[in-house]
Amino acid sequence: MWMLENAFLIPLIPALSFAVILFFGKRVIGSGRVHLIGITAVSLIWVLSLVAAFQWTQRVEHPSSDAIAQISVDDHGDDHGDDHGDDHGDDHGDDHGDDHGDDHGDDHGDDHGDDHGKAAMHSESGHGGGHGSALISPVVTSYSKWWSNGGVDFAIGTHVDGLTVLLLVVVASISLLVHIYSTEYVKGDRRYVHYYAFLSLFTAAMLFFVMAQNIVQLIVGWELVGVCSFGLIGHWWEEKPNTDAALKAFLTNRVGDIGLLVGMIVLWGTFGTFSIDAINTAISASPGTQHFALLVAACCLMAAVASKSGQFPLHTWLPDAMAGPTPVSALIHAATMVVAGVYMIARLYPVFYDGFSIGTSSINLMAFIGGFTALMGAGLAFAQWDIKKVLAYSTVSQLGYMVMALGVGAWTAAIFHLFTHAFFKACLFLGAGSVSHAAHHTFDMRKMGGLKKFMPHTYWTFVIATLALSGIFPFAGFWSKDEILLGAKVGQQSGYPLMLIFGCAVAFMTAAYMTRVVWYTFHGEYRGHGHPHESPKVMTVPLWILAGMALVGGAFNLPGPVLKPFGLEGLAHRVQTYAEPSVYLSGLGLSHPDPSLSMALIGLGLALSGIIVTYLYFWRNMGPKGLTERNKYAKAGYTFLENKYYLDYLYNDIIVASIKKPIANSANWFNQNVLDKAVNTAGESARDSGRWIYKWIDQGAIDGSVNAAARGADTSGEGLRTIQSGKVQNYGQLLFGAAAVLAIVFVIVI
Amino acid sequence: MEATGFDAWVLTLAVFLPLVGALIMMVVPKAYELEVKLIGLGSSLAALAVGIYILFQFDYGSSSELQFVVDKGWIDIINSRYIIGLDGLSLPLLLLSLLVVPLCLVYSWNHVPSPGNPKAFFILLLILSTGMNGSFISQDMILFFVFFEIVLLPMYFLIGVWGGEERRYASLKFFLYTLFGSALMIISFLALFFLSKDAAGNPLQTFDMRLLTDAAGSGIVKTTQVWIFAGLFIGFGIKVPMFPFHTWLPDAHTQAPTVGSVILAAVLLKLGTYGFIRIAIPFLPEAAVAWAPWIGLLAVIGIIYGALGCLAQKDMKRLIAFSSVAHMGFVMLGIATLTDFGLNAAVFGMVAHGLITGMLFFVAGSIKERYHTLEISRLGGLLKSVPRMGWILGFATMASLGLPGLAGFWGEFPAILSAYNPGAGLSEELFRTYMVIAAIGTVLAAGYLLWLYQRTAFGEPTEEFADHAIPDVSRNEWIAWVPFLIGIVLFGVWPNLIFNLTDGVVSSITANVEAVVAGR
Amino acid sequence: MLLNQFLILGAVLFCIGVYGVLARKNAVMVLMSIELMLNAVNINMVVFGVQHEVVSGQVFALFIIAVAAAEVGVGLAIVLLLYRNQTSIDVEDFDLMKG
Repeated sequence: MWMLENAFLIPLIPALSFAVILFFGKRVIGSGRVHLIGITAVSLIWVLSLVAAFQWTQRVEHPSSDAIAQISVDDHGDDHGDDHGDDHGDDHGDDHGDDHGDDHGDDHGDDHGDDHGKAAMHSESGHGGGHGSALISPVVTSYSKWWSNGGVDFAIGTHVDGLTVLLLVVVASISLLVHIYSTEYVKGDRRYVHYYAFLSLFTAAMLFFVMAQNIVQLIVGWELVGVCSFGLIGHWWEEKPNTDAALKAFLTNRVGDIGLLVGMIVLWGTFGTFSIDAINTAISASPGTQHFALLVAACCLMAAVASKSGQFPLHTWLPDAMAGPTPVSALIHAATMVVAGVYMIARLYPVFYDGFSIGTSSINLMAFIGGFTALMGAGLAFAQWDIKKVLAYSTVSQLGYMVMALGVGAWTAAIFHLFTHAFFKACLFLGAGSVSHAAHHTFDMRKMGGLKKFMPHTYWTFVIATLALSGIFPFAGFWSKDEILLGAKVGQQSGYPLMLIFGCAVAFMTAAYMTRVVWYTFHGEYRGHGHPHESPKVMTVPLWILAGMALVGGAFNLPGPVLKPFGLEGLAHRVQTYAEPSVYLSGLGLSHPDPSLSMALIGLGLALSGIIVTYLYFWRNMGPKGLTERNKYAKAGYTFLENKYYLDYLYNDIIVASIKKPIANSANWFNQNVLDKAVNTAGESARDSGRWIYKWIDQGAIDGSVNAAARGADTSGEGLRTIQSGKVQNYGQLLFGAAAVLAIVFVIVI
Repeated sequence: MEATGFDAWVLTLAVFLPLVGALIMMVVPKAYELEVKLIGLGSSLAALAVGIYILFQFDYGSSSELQFVVDKGWIDIINSRYIIGLDGLSLPLLLLSLLVVPLCLVYSWNHVPSPGNPKAFFILLLILSTGMNGSFISQDMILFFVFFEIVLLPMYFLIGVWGGEERRYASLKFFLYTLFGSALMIISFLALFFLSKDAAGNPLQTFDMRLLTDAAGSGIVKTTQVWIFAGLFIGFGIKVPMFPFHTWLPDAHTQAPTVGSVILAAVLLKLGTYGFIRIAIPFLPEAAVAWAPWIGLLAVIGIIYGALGCLAQKDMKRLIAFSSVAHMGFVMLGIATLTDFGLNAAVFGMVAHGLITGMLFFVAGSIKERYHTLEISRLGGLLKSVPRMGWILGFATMASLGLPGLAGFWGEFPAILSAYNPGAGLSEELFRTYMVIAAIGTVLAAGYLLWLYQRTAFGEPTEEFADHAIPDVSRNEWIAWVPFLIGIVLFGVWPNLIFNLTDGVVSSITANVEAVVAGR
Repeated sequence: MLLNQFLILGAVLFCIGVYGVLARKNAVMVLMSIELMLNAVNINMVVFGVQHEVVSGQVFALFIIAVAAAEVGVGLAIVLLLYRNQTSIDVEDFDLMKG
């Protein structure tokens, strides 16, 4: 289990790679070769992630004494105390000792003995009821007190559990493929070095975020991925639209960060700890006791999720973020960074579960925002001509799906969808990049068409990923989407009917708009100029790998009944078995719905009908062509979609512009004309009164008297000098006269 | 306990070595320009070396105690003594001050702004250094006041002689404004002198800060305390500068020469916040509790208001100056919570702001030197014409907007965090409201800083400068900037460097406040 | 009593001397008037000495006579030099001390 306990190495490697590329890239290594550093580093972490994943599965399959929740209690302190300083070891020992020991020990102690080792039974017994599997506690290895302040310790460390390793594998895999793909795509770019440096930094930050031990680390990682996103969206900063998009992304995320900061602070204030493990454990130990605080925290954090994961109403930055290089869009704005919000919900699921009362309600804020975003994004995807923007809205929509899944309590479904979506959406983006690479760097679908025959590899991978996204059997998306719909239908204590309707509508729309993209891009006649060509192998091989994952990715969480005929029931629900942090969720009473064939068929039917309708519309030229020109309602609707519900106008022209111009200017006016005026007026009146005082008092009275004294001395001197005649006899006269006068006075007085 | 041997001298050396250097420079004829400069740099480096010695000799185990204490008679007739000492609160600020001055000297080595005269310029910087260093280690109020005032004069001349177009207006405003605050401050000092009583009820009649800290305002009725605090509040608040007293700052910063702005931002403003933590709060805890909500209110107004002010600016330097108002708002919010957490955050924020804003002013100064303008609309494409400087500006911008991993974040985030649970029985609802407002301030901060960066660094250079060959960062600039950049990263990655130092001191301060509040 | 007459004599002599010093224009006459004033003082000294039966009054008178002789000697020498330089001994003609 070495890798799990030393997982901090994983973000460290790309961080080093970042430093090396940035400081030595241009001079020592040479601009053209920096990708070697990046690819080496990411390959390394890819291997390490797989090792970590393997070790985690081993840990779940064969829980050693310290892996199981209530036993791990005592061991944590000892294990890590030796290596990494006492402070943390003690903390952990205490936390676990209080929470796990008391609560889980009672509830689940008996389960352990029976279930453990009989993996085949888990899937069966897990359905509909609580948890069958052992409560595997995460590997939390806090290796250091990072800093302390006023008696509050801030730790830095890793929190490794199934969810973490899943994300590790996803991030490392996609990052590796994107690194390789980029060697061709951004070849000869003016800022090749910076590009790879930022890719490394992003990978490091994302991995740091994923394995954060505490919520402060979550914030740090969250912001760092944000800044990498900013840097990469603005990669071509010479053009203003790119920098506008970068700014928009960063600022929108900052708006959400208010929620993040406040929400995390509320969590800290409520539980007195930053540790994710401790917070989750505390909530699952006694659900409902802190409901109000958790509601506040969950609402605040929801704002953060909305900004990072592109949820309504803060989703508008994501389509604009497509200004960045396409591989970046694939990595950051489709597969990894934008799922940070979803990941955070999953990570702190007890907070949201309790805060939004997911278990007992049949609609809640998170489910609604997710569902609404899914629907809205899908709608917007129809009205875009830029292929990347279609994919961006599709991402918004799919992220909405994941959030909705979490909102209805389908934790595993959401994470499973996150997993599959990362691969097929990255495939679609890289495919779009390949198309643009071929077709003269345009993303406008009106200038494409008929590319099928020019670039077969791109075409087929794109189609596979499209089918996966649409949710067609047996592609990956089918399985994950099916689980989400099922989760919405069954819910927890009651179903989520509205979410189910949203979900079904989105399933239909997704298939339809993706088919539209395929039609405009690859079929029909070529509408651009020049001669498109297939991309080189270094780009198509990653595409095929991703397409392969889009094809088979569903196998990771197949429902039991599907595998029964093959006798492989033991392999069912692997994501659920390995990734789900049952140690936290069990206390909440989270249940899993039974697989339902009917629901799967409905989902499939909707997706197929979406494809068929669009197929008929484009290929067979059926349906109401030109409806938007003829019908004013349709036209109005289309305009409404085309303008993205006018949200951008609201944000840019009303909110931002008003802050930038009138509000800021009035604040400045206030500063200059009120505060500063007051100061200046005080100064001026002081100066005026000074002048008055100078003129009348200083110069008039005080100086006047001084001058008068001088003048008196002058005139009296003038008078006296005549006495000094120089004649001895005059002096004598005065002398004797004075003596006589004095003598007289003397006589009189005496 | 008093220091002995060489240790008794180190603080005095750290304070007065620059002054000695300045005196030697005065007698060297102007014609020996290089020698004059070398003497100046040498003396400031010697002071820095003493600072580094202190860094190694400092007993980190008892960072809450005063160390290197010297207590000698000075002006016996008013019972004022030469008491100096250093604890975990003073150490980071003293080192910051010791570090900034030689870097400023290096930066202006060959670039003394018009009208030249490097000798006078260097001498003034060294005198300034003495004043700043002395303020941070004085443990006697009169001594503190003297150093506090010494700072004013060189700064006045730096702005008034080497400043920009409206330097006379700006320098006079700076001088009078701060002097006004000092006047009220000294009245409060005198009131403390005459009114403070020791535990037995005898008048203390002392300026010794240690005794006054122990007395913690005993023997002074609360109303009087509140009034005395008001004097201190205005005196320090002007220096910080807090919201309604900030208007001198943009003018002073805009007009000051580059190193003047840097020192102003990096060290001078900290004198105000330092005064709050060292003097106002421990001496008058009851009044501090009464004032805290208002300080918090002004702090959050400052955060939002400074940010909005930034958005309206057309001049880069003025924008950075307004951002100081916003950032110092976070510091003051931390102070207003009266928790050890918040005070720690405040000290960290002070150091971080010193490094980051100092860096921003350095870059702004270098841009001004190259482009002869700081009008944002005329700049653009810095990344293209001077890529390294553009990167450094971007780095400083990111640090300033509070990116985690860089120093700025650890000043802001804990300050916001501390407002969740204010100490000393302050209203939680009120401070939580402040917390949310401050969090909104971070968005605005990102807004104005990135907008600034977009307009100056991104895009193509404006036509005006498109054909000019503009030199990138020079050697002297690298020497002056690298320590700042390292500091920003170092404190960002390892915030405990400062929190560890200050924790002991502020804990004892807040414990005192809590005890006093609980006891009455 | 006898004392009164001597004092009156002294006073009269002194007044004559003062008149001579202030009114005469001839420098030699001024010197002689000074002699008169000195001798008026001498008379007073001697009289008071006798009156109080102490010898110091007469001793003082002898000193004054000796000093007066020296003074006249110096004074006449100055007058002689004045005459030699200006061919005049009229005190009205000399105002070198004028400020």
